[in-house]
Amino acid sequence: MTANSSVNAAALASSRLEALRAAAVALVLGFGLVWLAGFAYPESVHDSAHDTRHALSFPCH
Amino acid sequence: MIARVLTTGVIAGLVAGLAVAALQHFTTTPLILAAEVYETAQHAHDGAVEGAALTGLSRTAATSVATIAVSIGYALILLAAMLISGDAIAPRRVALWGACAFAATGLATSLGLAPQLPGMAETDLTARQIWWLATALSTGAGLFALLRLDSAAAKIVGVALIVAPHFFAPQPATPESTAPAELAARFAAASLAVQAVSWALAGALAGLVWRLLSREPEAS
Repeated sequence: MTANSSVNAAALASSRLEALRAAAVALVLGFGLVWLAGFAYPESVHDSAHDTRHALSFPCH
Repeated sequence: MIARVLTTGVIAGLVAGLAVAALQHFTTTPLILAAEVYETAQHAHDGAVEGAALTGLSRTAATSVATIAVSIGYALILLAAMLISGDAIAPRRVALWGACAFAATGLATSLGLAPQLPGMAETDLTARQIWWLATALSTGAGLFALLRLDSAAAKIVGVALIVAPHFFAPQPATPESTAPAELAARFAAASLAVQAVSWALAGALAGLVWRLLSREPEAS
């Protein structure tokens, strides 16, 4: 019983760790994409994303 | 798990982004193009003529790609936030998280920085970007404290996080817009509606795709 619950606890902890790792990757990629499309300075990026920046109310110009 | 999160974000963001790009094409983009006519006329009058960098189909394509990128980003951010907080990922729940994200990045930020058309009076860009980001993050954290934590102290901190950024809002520029006020008002409303749709759609679709992928045993 105790062995079982400690195995369950270990499995739970490892799946939680896996979820947090996936979340960290998703967070970095997600913010990266929003930064690139909504905030990045290079002129070519700004010009391509111009209408989207205005439409989604990111600060522009 | 990482593969499932990324696949969900990309598929949901792609579909949501295409839908939002179509919505933009009929709502915000015509207003931006109309405002640019006034802006160009003013610049020509001042002696400084500059054309748009992209026109026609290539402009529509570039805008759509940017919108899809933002939508994938929104979907990934929502999934990450829900995984971190340990919330169950389902269409209605992710859409609700999306609604809160819209309150943070759309409603809170527009109080200090109204959505702007080209040719409207502007202040320093970096300062506006910093305030926008800080306000969105602070409001998001505040909403999380208010809605997901139980202690009274957390709720007080939540309210403070939501209210605080507005004491530091950027000074509005002296009004000298080349775009007519009617156009600007329609644009501000349309922009908020489009942003609300992007968050809600990216969220709902992320929940839907997540559920579909979770049904396949090898995907877990």
